[in-house]
Amino acid sequence: MFIINCPFCGKRDQSEFKAGGEAHIIRPKQPTELSDDEWAEYLFMRKNIKGVQFERWNHVHGCRKWFNIVRDTSNDEIKTVYKMGEDPPKL
Amino acid sequence: MSKNLRINSSKYIDQTHRISFIFNGKKYYGYKGDTLASALLANNIHLVGRSFKYHRPRGIMTAGSEEPNAIVQLHKNTSRTEPNVRATEVEIYEGLEASSQNCWPSVNFDIGGINNLFSPFLPAGFYYKTFMWPAGFWEKYEYFIRKSAGLGKSPTEPDPDIYEHKYIHCDVLVIGAGISGIMAAKTSAKNGLKTLLVDEKPYLGGSTIYQNSEYFKINNQTSGSWLEKEINEIKKLKNLDIKTRTSVSAYHGYNFLLARESLTDHFPIEIRKNKTRQRLLKIRAKKVITATGSIERPLIFDNNDRPGILISSAIKKFADLFGVACGEKNILFTNNDSAYETAISLIQKGINVEAIIDNRENVDSKLIYEVEKSNIKIFKGFTVVDTYGYKRINKISIMQLSKDGQKVVGSKKNLSCDCLGISGGWTPSVHLFTQSGGKLKFRDEDLVFIPNEYPSDQLSIGACNGDFFLDEILTNVPKSLQKFLNIKNTDYENIEFISSINKSKRNIWLLPSDKVFGKTKPFIDYQNDSTAKDIKLALREGFKSIEHVKRYTTTGMGTDQGKLGNMHALGIISETAGAKMGELGTTTFRPPYTPLTFGTIVGRNVGEYFDIFRKTPIHDWHIDNKAEFENVGQWKRAWYYPKDNENMHQAIQRESKAARESAGILDASTLGKIDIQGTDASEFLNRVYTNAWSKLAIGKCRYGLMLNEDGMVYDDGVTTRLNENHYIMTTTTGGAANVLGKLEDYLQTEWPELDVYLTSVTDHFATVSVCGPNSKKIVSEVIPDLNLTDENFPHMSFKDAKIGKINCRVMRISFTGEHSYEINIQANYGKSVWEKCMDAGKRFNITPYGTETMHLLRAEKGFIIVGQDTDATMTPIDLQMDWIVSKKKYDFIGKRSLYRSDTIKEDRKQLVGLLTENPNEVLEEGAQIIADINKSPIEMLGHVTSSYYSPNLNKSIALGVVRGGKNMMGQKLIIPMEKKNINVTVADPVFLDKENKRLNA
Ligand SMILES: [Zn+2]
Repeated sequence: MFIINCPFCGKRDQSEFKAGGEAHIIRPKQPTELSDDEWAEYLFMRKNIKGVQFERWNHVHGCRKWFNIVRDTSNDEIKTVYKMGEDPPKL
Repeated sequence: MSKNLRINSSKYIDQTHRISFIFNGKKYYGYKGDTLASALLANNIHLVGRSFKYHRPRGIMTAGSEEPNAIVQLHKNTSRTEPNVRATEVEIYEGLEASSQNCWPSVNFDIGGINNLFSPFLPAGFYYKTFMWPAGFWEKYEYFIRKSAGLGKSPTEPDPDIYEHKYIHCDVLVIGAGISGIMAAKTSAKNGLKTLLVDEKPYLGGSTIYQNSEYFKINNQTSGSWLEKEINEIKKLKNLDIKTRTSVSAYHGYNFLLARESLTDHFPIEIRKNKTRQRLLKIRAKKVITATGSIERPLIFDNNDRPGILISSAIKKFADLFGVACGEKNILFTNNDSAYETAISLIQKGINVEAIIDNRENVDSKLIYEVEKSNIKIFKGFTVVDTYGYKRINKISIMQLSKDGQKVVGSKKNLSCDCLGISGGWTPSVHLFTQSGGKLKFRDEDLVFIPNEYPSDQLSIGACNGDFFLDEILTNVPKSLQKFLNIKNTDYENIEFISSINKSKRNIWLLPSDKVFGKTKPFIDYQNDSTAKDIKLALREGFKSIEHVKRYTTTGMGTDQGKLGNMHALGIISETAGAKMGELGTTTFRPPYTPLTFGTIVGRNVGEYFDIFRKTPIHDWHIDNKAEFENVGQWKRAWYYPKDNENMHQAIQRESKAARESAGILDASTLGKIDIQGTDASEFLNRVYTNAWSKLAIGKCRYGLMLNEDGMVYDDGVTTRLNENHYIMTTTTGGAANVLGKLEDYLQTEWPELDVYLTSVTDHFATVSVCGPNSKKIVSEVIPDLNLTDENFPHMSFKDAKIGKINCRVMRISFTGEHSYEINIQANYGKSVWEKCMDAGKRFNITPYGTETMHLLRAEKGFIIVGQDTDATMTPIDLQMDWIVSKKKYDFIGKRSLYRSDTIKEDRKQLVGLLTENPNEVLEEGAQIIADINKSPIEMLGHVTSSYYSPNLNKSIALGVVRGGKNMMGQKLIIPMEKKNINVTVADPVFLDKENKRLNA
């Protein structure tokens, strides 16, 4: 079980959090202008990397804030944590 | 049989405290401090069980948690009985009852033993190959296999014991209290670190504590007495918490570990009452030091599994720690010096050692010299080729090994014995290290896997790190501790020691025999009865990966996870396949390290505490009025209220009729309520619901449908505009938490620019829903100041009101199709409002109804229930609810998906009404719907989602989803059931009052 450093609350047990999938997938501003393929790309396509991955997490049993983490899925090491809206760190 | 093999020389056994216990129905005696294994051995009992596959007689092999054979069932009692317990770990107490398992009818006469004679027919994969065909026969085989195999019996009644969970946070966790663990715990605690030391055994000191030999000394004392002083010192340390009888069962990432602490298992049953039996410790440690020691390896030769054959170090432990001789004519068989330590211990205690068989040729050491001095015959360069004796070893045959160790040469010699100790060197206990994700490396010099890469802040020290011997421990452990704990020095830098052991080993994974290989039974996994032959067969049949060989031969898959023999399995694979062991890798060790009881895993979460349940403020009234309840999410909801001797059907028919004919009352408090405020609240609702919200007037209510981005219906409910920038949204009971989560997600991540605040107020309000033609009269009595005329308070509107001095919100909304009101009031007044409505409704026969009647009433109106009539594949169009999808809005969640190529298909499953040909025939929910019974294969068009007998329509009604159902109105379809086919007609899903006249009745 990880320890996640919530950017608002500090280090907490993983059981307080909910994973929210891949980060930095932005909802298109004008979905109606998109082709089926373009919309499908947004809707369905997710990477599932073995290695360093950018993820959304929610401190659901805490401050309820969403934020991003950078996690190595091969060993669960969390490299960094940052708030929503911030640019992804360069690795 | 009833000999006494106790020798009076152990300070760990309290000989003034005699204890009686029962094994296989017979009474025996032992002493306080004994394990079941040591007490049985003191009574000269070796045969304790039968093996799993061949039912061969098996005896105690080890003295620890790695025991593969001595697996017993504890207690007779049907609630406490516990299978698969290792006799080597059970501390005896007055009244202990244990019995052999895996034998029928008894351990001495076992029907399954016949498998042993048939063993040529039971090779690796036998069960997979044989019982797979013909498929239908499995049922016939199963009965016999289960009866003669099976590992113990589970209890049939609830567990009377108490268990609990506890969180522990510490700076340093030290696992294992052998010499290395004690040194680590002392160093850590003395340096101000909050330290926890755990050990699975009841005492501290591991195998060093009973080391009492001139050949292993520290600061001029025997290593045992030196360690005893260290232990006395650490017990005084303030920063150190010590837990014995505590076995770490899992080591997860981020130094999160689970351990089981046994608190009362060593007490007589009578005094366990009201005490916690076992505790699951959830430990979060900043640093972890693993000092789990090592396990002595067996040797692999023909018939190496007879009762009376033990691991050599176990014989030493039984003698030194428990004061028990495992036999009167002991022979030791070894490939290294460790067996000589055992021999010296036995000689010291006057226990007879007949001979030592040593694989090694021309080997010499101080220990060997000492043994030779005692006139014990040592056969150097020899191996055991066979053993004899069915229920107890009585003889061995030995032969000389060829120079290369591949063959035996010369003539066979027989030696008689009643106990054979075997020693194949040591295997580091890396189980927890690998569980944590640690990577091992193979050390070629002595053929062991040792920790290499640590995945978290942890350290392995001592034997589990491959430092088996005293000199290595005293040299390496202090240095590693300094570095790991970042401290200048430990108490152990200038320590003096003597360690007189020859570290040479002659490793032969599978010892040669004078017999043809196919005719021998060299066991590798004792618990699962797999032999070297099985492993070679698996390789011949093409299995290459270790994980596959393991599963095919079941090697290492017993409750002991093959702690003894796994390395030999790897060794034999490596030799046979010509692969390097380091490259083969090991199989994966998984938690738990030793089996856990279910009680420990669930802790206090049993019975009513199994899951959280939520009660409405009106719950007690429902109980007092004999409601039956159903679980909806975590809520307990009144399901129906049976009167007199009514069954469920009768109650629901009565409730449904009353609600339509006069008045019904429903506790709707469980519906999710979300308070939405902010200057962008209307815009927000526009984006999350399919319909338009901007023009909803203050004081009006509107039904909304919420989709996922994939266009599928997610939730529904009525939202009311309380004020310009203030709404209250209701959600389904089960969906409340998820809907709030989803809305928060969009607000925080996609639309942070919106000025909207969400608050869950589900628990803050009680909701009483009164419906039916007389509802207006009832509500006007409860809230006399409220003007209930249709002009002032029309359908789909809301009013603030007061009941006495208490504010409440009244919505005129309806889920039943009847004229109805929902009164929302501060939760703690819920019950009193409910009772007021009941009083006021008495003369109208107001009838409380539960969720089942609610479902029936809404089905008559064709209203959907999200999650019952929909799954995650239904769009609003599929539900024939096109009217609720705004064409004008530019965007809302899921809009774009409503015209994907897939969602616009004509032949999607669509919601329709279904009417049975026979109006009394009620369909089963979930039943399949087809059109043509003669077509093969029969095409499934859909299924029934809701089905009831409607007392208001006097006929059966149902909703269902049918492929292309929208265009099938009036068409005949078939519901095929087990015994008959039911004819139905596709109908409008609104069965009652399509014109909505009743809403204003
Ligand atoms: Zn937080």
